[in-house]
Order: sequence, then C-alpha cells, then structure tokens
Amino acid sequence: MKSAVLVFPGINRERDMARALTLVSGRAPYMVWHAETVLPPDTDLVVIPGGFSYGDYLRCGAIAARAPVMAAVRRHADAGRLVLAVCNGFQIACEAGLLPGVLMRNAALKFICKDAYLRVERSDTAFTRGYNAGQVIRVPVAHGEGNYVADAQTIARLEGDGRVVLRYVAPDGARDPAWNVNGATNAIAGILNARGNVLGMMPHPENHVEAALGSTDGRGLFAGLAGHFDGAAETAWPRPAEATVSQASRN
Amino acid sequence: MNSSEPRVTLELVAAHGLKPDEYRRVLDLIGRAPTMTELGIFSAMWNEHCSYKSSKVHLRGLPTRAPWVIQGPGENAGVIDIGDGLAVVFKMESHNHPSFIEPYQGAATGVGGILRDVFTMGARPIACLNALSFGDPRHAKTRHLVSGVVAGIGGYGNSFGVPTVGGEVRFHTRYDGNCLVNAMAVGLADKARIFYAAASGVGMPIVYLGSKTGRDGIHGASMASAEFGADAEEKRPTVQVGDPFAEKLLLEACLEIMASGCVIAIQDMGAAGLTSSATEMGAKGGLGVTLDLDKVPCRESAMSAYEMMLSESQERMLMVLRPEKEAEAEAIFRKWGLDFAVVGYTTTAKRFIVKHGGVVVADLPIKELGSEAPVYDRAFVETPSRPVVDAAAIAPPMAVIDALAQLIGTPDLCSRRWVWEQYDHVILGNTVARPGGDAAVVRVNDGPRALALTTDVTPRYCEADPFEGGKQAVAEAWRNLTAVGARPLALTDNLNFGNPERPEIMGQFVGCVRGIAAACQALDFPVVSGNVSLYNETGGRAILPTPTIGGVGLLDDFTRAATLAFKSAAHMILVVGTTTGWLGQSLYLRDVCAREDGAPPPVDLAIERKNGDFVRALVDAGLASAVHDVSDGGLLVALAEMALAGGIGARLDAAPTGAPAHGFWFGEDQARYVVTASAADAETVGARARAAEVALAVIGTTGGDTLVIPGEPPVALDALRRRHESWLPEFMAAGAS
Repeated sequence: MKSAVLVFPGINRERDMARALTLVSGRAPYMVWHAETVLPPDTDLVVIPGGFSYGDYLRCGAIAARAPVMAAVRRHADAGRLVLAVCNGFQIACEAGLLPGVLMRNAALKFICKDAYLRVERSDTAFTRGYNAGQVIRVPVAHGEGNYVADAQTIARLEGDGRVVLRYVAPDGARDPAWNVNGATNAIAGILNARGNVLGMMPHPENHVEAALGSTDGRGLFAGLAGHFDGAAETAWPRPAEATVSQASRN
Repeated sequence: MNSSEPRVTLELVAAHGLKPDEYRRVLDLIGRAPTMTELGIFSAMWNEHCSYKSSKVHLRGLPTRAPWVIQGPGENAGVIDIGDGLAVVFKMESHNHPSFIEPYQGAATGVGGILRDVFTMGARPIACLNALSFGDPRHAKTRHLVSGVVAGIGGYGNSFGVPTVGGEVRFHTRYDGNCLVNAMAVGLADKARIFYAAASGVGMPIVYLGSKTGRDGIHGASMASAEFGADAEEKRPTVQVGDPFAEKLLLEACLEIMASGCVIAIQDMGAAGLTSSATEMGAKGGLGVTLDLDKVPCRESAMSAYEMMLSESQERMLMVLRPEKEAEAEAIFRKWGLDFAVVGYTTTAKRFIVKHGGVVVADLPIKELGSEAPVYDRAFVETPSRPVVDAAAIAPPMAVIDALAQLIGTPDLCSRRWVWEQYDHVILGNTVARPGGDAAVVRVNDGPRALALTTDVTPRYCEADPFEGGKQAVAEAWRNLTAVGARPLALTDNLNFGNPERPEIMGQFVGCVRGIAAACQALDFPVVSGNVSLYNETGGRAILPTPTIGGVGLLDDFTRAATLAFKSAAHMILVVGTTTGWLGQSLYLRDVCAREDGAPPPVDLAIERKNGDFVRALVDAGLASAVHDVSDGGLLVALAEMALAGGIGARLDAAPTGAPAHGFWFGEDQARYVVTASAADAETVGARARAAEVALAVIGTTGGDTLVIPGEPPVALDALRRRHESWLPEFMAAGAS
C-alpha cells in the first residue's frame, strides 16, 4: 500500500499518521504539501490527518477544503480510490463535500482528550476489514469540535445505508450517552461516503498502534487497509482479545 | 535626535517604573537625557522581569554544572546531553501577571513563549507541563481563572501540536490576588546543532521573522515587575494575544531554515520584544546593532518607534543569517507564509542604534544596556522558624478512614482529570505515562529511551521554612523522576515570590534559593535554566513563596518504567523510608484539623539520595510492580491513589504500636516511597534493603475492592473514586449555572 499524507499549514498529526502507516504497512507515505495540484501517481490511499489547519480560525477545515491539493483529492475519490480523513481531516472532508454533515463544538463546549470506546459496526469495508463487526476498540480522541451533526434525512440515510461504521459506546459495546464523548448525533464517530471509498472519523487510530504505548486497537484499521491493497497483512497482527466483544452484547 | 517624540520628564520616568537613582544611572551612562524611545528601552531592559536585579546575586549560588550539562542558565533554555548525539532543551517560565488579568490569553502566550524559547535553540518541542496555583475555591474570581487558564493552555498547546503531559494544580487563599501560571517546555535536538543568540560577523543582515508587530503587550515586562493595585483590570492592554497557528508555522520554518545551514544566531522576541532580542544578540556577540524600524512588518499603521520597540506581539523571531544564504532562507519563510524582512545589520561600534523615518531615535551603548542594569543586594530577614508539632498532642477529629475519604476529595488532592482531559496529551505518539502519575514519561524518538518529566513545589512548606521548603521542592521532583525509574538529570526553576523590596519576602527568596542549591548539590541535579517572577502581590498581600521545580530524567528503556497503579492482588505493600508521623504543615493538619501551622518535615538529603537510588535500582531490576512517592496527604493518600489507579484494593496492617495512627497514616515525612512486589520479589527487596541499610517496612497486601485498616470499617474503592473524581468537575460546573 502506498499512501499520501496531506500537509496543510497548521496540521499537526501528520507525523503520528506517517509513523503508524510506516509501522503497519511497512512503507513510508508520501508527504504532500497543500499547494500541490497532483498526487503522486501510485497513490493508493490519501490520508487527511489531524491538526488545526489554518488555525481553524474560520470554520474547522473550511480553508483547507479549498486548498489546491483538494481538487486532486476529489479526482482521486471520484475515481473510486480510498481517502481516510481523521479528526481535522474529517472536518476538511465535510467542508470539501466529500462527506455529508458537519462537526460542531463538543457538547460540553471543551476540548477533550481521552480514550474513547468505538464499536466497529461493519467489517466488510476496506477500512474496517481488519476488525470484526461489533468489535469494540479503544482509541483516543483529541478535539474541540467533533460533535457530528447532519439533518434528519441525512442521518436516516447514513444509518439506513450502513454508512455509520464507527460509533462511541461503553466499554462493553452498549450505546450509552455517558460514553458519547462529544455528544455526536447517534454517537457517530465515523462515516463513509455513499460510494464507500471515503472514511471520515474523529478518533485517532494512529495513536494506538504500539503495545508498548498501551494499546494496539488502532492497528486494525491500517492493517486492514494494507491487506486490502497488498492482500496479506490481515493476519499480520494478533487481535487484542480483551477488546473483542461478542455479537450478543450489541444492542 | 527625533524632535517628534515627547520630551522625557521626571513624571514619565516614574511612570516607566525607573526609580530616581536608576534614572541617574541612565543619565551617567549616556551623558544626556534619553529620548522617549530610549526611556522605553531602559524601562524594558532594567525592570525586574528582564534584569533579575533583585535576584541575581543569590542565583549565582545555584549549582549549574555537571558533565552532561551543555548549556546552563543564560540562554533561551538549558541544554543537557542525553547521549546518542541527542540533547534535551528545556525551561520553565511564568506568565503570572498576564494570566490574572486575562486568563485565556495570558496562559496561552505563556505556553507560546516557552515553546519559542525551546525551538529557538534548534529543538523540536516534545512535551509541555504546567504548574498552576489558584486562589481559594470560594473566592469569586477563582473559577473564572481556572476555566480561562486551562482553556488557554489547551488552546495554544493543542493547536501547536505538542502533548501537555503533566504539571500540578493547587488552591490557596494566598493566590486570591495573583494566580501563578508556570509553563514548561521540553524539546529534543541534535547535540551538534544547538543554536545560540550570540551574533557573529560584522555587517551581517539581521532578519525579522514571523508575525507582524502590533500594539499588544506594550510594557508587558514592566507590568510583570510591579505589584497589582486596584487597577489590575486596567492593565489588560499590556497582555499579548497568542496565535498558535503562526507559532506552528514559525516552528516548522525555523527548524527547516536551521537544517539548511542559513542561521548564524537566533533569538526569539519574548519579554521586551525587539529591544531585548536585538540587544542580546549584539551584546552576546560583542557587536553593535543598527535597526531600521521602517522595515519592521507592522500590523497597524503609524506605529511609533517607541511602540515598536516595546511591543510584545507574539510569534516573532530575530535571526542573523549567512548573507549568501539569505535568498534560500527567505524562500523557506515565504513557503510557510511568514513575514521576512531584513531590519538591520551588525556593526563594529558597540552601539544600539534605532532609526525610524530616517531619524535616529535611539543611540545607546549596547553591552551596558544589559550589564549596567542595576543590581540590588536587597535587605532580607530570615523567616522565623516554627515549632515542631507533636502528633501525639493533636486530637484526631475523626476516624482514619473518614479522614482519608475527606482528604481524597479536597481541592488539593482530588483528581485533576478535568484539567488534563482538556490538553492533548497523546499527540506525537510518544506519551508512555499519561498525566496522573508521579512523572510523565515521553519516549525519545522511537525509543527505547524515554524522558521522565515533572513539576513540583510545596508552597506551604516554603512559607513555614524557606530553606527546608526549597530543599523539599527539589527533592520531590527528584523523587518523582525516581519513582518511574528515571535517572534525574537536571532541572529548571521558576521562582515565584512577592515584593522583594520587603525584607521578609526577600528572606523567603534567599532561604528558598539556598535550600534549592543545597538539594541540587546533594542530589547531583543541576539547574540549567529558570525564571524569576517577583511582585506577585496585591494590596500588600503576597503569594505563598512558590519556587516551582521542573525536573527532567532519563530512562534507558521505557518499557521498564514503573507506574503507581497496583498491578495485581496478593502483592506485598512496602514502604521505603522512615515514618515518624510528621504532621506539621501536613494536609491532614490543614484540611482535616483546620490548623495550618508547625514546622514542615525536614529533608535529609543523604537519606533522600540513598532511598531514591535504592528504589530506582528496584525498578531497573524489575522487582517493583508499582511505585509511588509519598508526598501531600501522606502514606494513606498515596496508597489510595495506587489502589484507585489500579482498581485493586488493599488490606493494611495496623499502625505500629506507639505511633499515633493519624500521624502514621497522614504524616508527610520525606524520602519515602510505596513499592509493591510479589511475595517472592519482596524477599529480595527486603534483602537488598538490609544490605543497603535502607528503612523498609511491610505494611499490607494488595487485593479486593476495598481499603481495609484494622479496627475501622472498610471503605469501597468506588466510593473513594467518586469523591476523588467529583470535586473539580462539580466545582467548575457550579459556575456555569
């Protein structure tokens, strides 16, 4: 898998993302400057990482969404190729119209950095094939504006089409408002576009890829993607047994 | 000289904070009356904040050397060698006065300033910590300050992209009129590529980089060099406004420009802005500097020379570049969308010349601006010693277990989760030990080495006995680093005190600095950077003396780092160090018995070192399953914190016969650690302790979901946890309704 990580002024998790991609896929990503107008031709996966592009001084992601490189990203997505948009990247993807909806200020009106529990709703996507459906993973969030909001019709369509692939839940996998860290509609943590080739998510799987640092729950996402492209990586990492819950405990 | 500037009168001199004898010094030095711009420059350079005029003579006594120290105090930050060609660059600095006036921006720019100090030297920041002191929770302003300061620290650090991994928060009525915000930044650099402020070469271009200059922060350093009166609110315009986005760009651009080999010297514009940075670069290099203010990028039109020289607009740098590399450097800055302007050049004449509109508005001897600043050996009186409190003479007002339940939910001992969950503490992917432990542990690059980081001070000890308090602050930092298994290497000190013109305040300062020096010496733990903040006083009421110590230690293998959480049931609980039941100045005495008095616990530095070396060796040998230092709240609070962190209870033995139980459980004797070990390892630990002649006692066993003390009802961890976690969020939420 060859990935390209976009770098906008003010982005600050591009190094974390590059490290995770390198560690899991075995290949260092291209780092692509925002002023570029084309992506490296062999790019399989575009990653829009987290941070505070342009200081988030207008609306989160609004300025980055209009950067030159985004036209190339749109062409990449229109061709059905994969885009992973994390945190500020999710906000940018929404502002760019790659994904529906918007990320509002957290319900508690404060920045929040803590481990969140996410239920992987589907495992039959290129992004989530490294997990089991219903598996609960522990991944940190770090954002001030991650509260996903869209109109009722859009939410109904997302849910009906199975495009909500990650949801904030309690550690046992149950839906519980107390564990919906930012107050997102339907506890939505990550969604797909209609075609299924763009994933936007607020939590940071790239920060949970090393056992020595406390958790490898984020690794499945990158291993799954690598497997999607390279075929073999899926079994390259042991799934953490403690993070796996049975289908029965879903609600 | 420029006739458009107002004439300098004695009223203007006084308004600039220069005392009559200090103004006479100015006249003697330049042989004429200063221009308005020159007066501004003198006030900026000679105030307490920039000149250290009251503290200098005492700071000379601090140990600053060790074989691993590359750069001690005097540069933007201290630098230590951690081997493998790597250096750690770090410093702590206060932003107290601005944070009290405008908490969000004051705290945010405090973080921005200290980050700049670190990356100016060529280091990429890898962690931040913050030591915060607020007034009584019941004081009307406290909640507003906590909310603003925490949001400001997060707002800046989160956006800049550095993990905020530790620090401390305390509450005391003596901070009602002056909160303290001490920000520490730690960076990693290539040992062969450290950058300094000293300019070299004549006729070299001096380049201005970063954000534009505005009218914010004018006289910020002077404001921070005076007490507050009733007019604190009116000083809001002296507070700078932070732009973390600009700082992030400045960081990336500076590191890129440094790697390209363009830079001869670099200095950030912090306190006293352009004035301080330009004179420092010249003076340190033995050169003169000529500035042309018409070239300075300005945010506002028609700024005067005086305003430009005193502006403390943030996110600005001054560099001396290799002339042949100027175009290359400019291209890098343009790429990052930052301002780049040649604003002056170095000269052989050792003068600081400032031109504006084609007119010379300042022409001053550059070296003397710094070196001839007044130095005061101020009168001081030593703090009278206080009587030792006899634990046996204190009637316990409640059962031990009830006192624990109360203490664990007090403002000073409750969980700080509400604070650190607002700071991004995982970014960069190297945070091994997150906030909440004894010291944060941050991996160095891809490991296996890691840094341990902590900030510590116990102001109530410093107030009661400055010398012992100064020792204790250093010892506690050293102990916290040791508790995770790190070798303490060096520290930065941030000395916060009241008005030094009062002999009793000066006595606190002198006592604390002497105590710090004694502990640094005994523990081989040198001071490599620091900051002094005086005049933390309002209406004649000073803060508690608060010499914050920021400690840095090194672990060879982060996977061996110890944490405080109980790991397993049926492990033996051991106490390293001697427990005498010292209740003087303890939180038990203050918060349970409502008595804030007595002498603080003495610090025996030889025992401190012996016990610490013993514990570090246990961690290194993998014999300790959990380690926690014993500090505020004493033994039982330490045990409760370990139990809560691990979700595992403990069954404790009775206090030794003869010792008052409350003294044993809540006394704050120094040089102690709680260690857990499996039964087999505990045997080895015991043998090692006997061999090393270290005091060691078995006080119980881990297990269950309660804490059990003989003769008292067990207390459930869940109940303790609710009390521990609830106070701060409930306190903050009460302000919202």
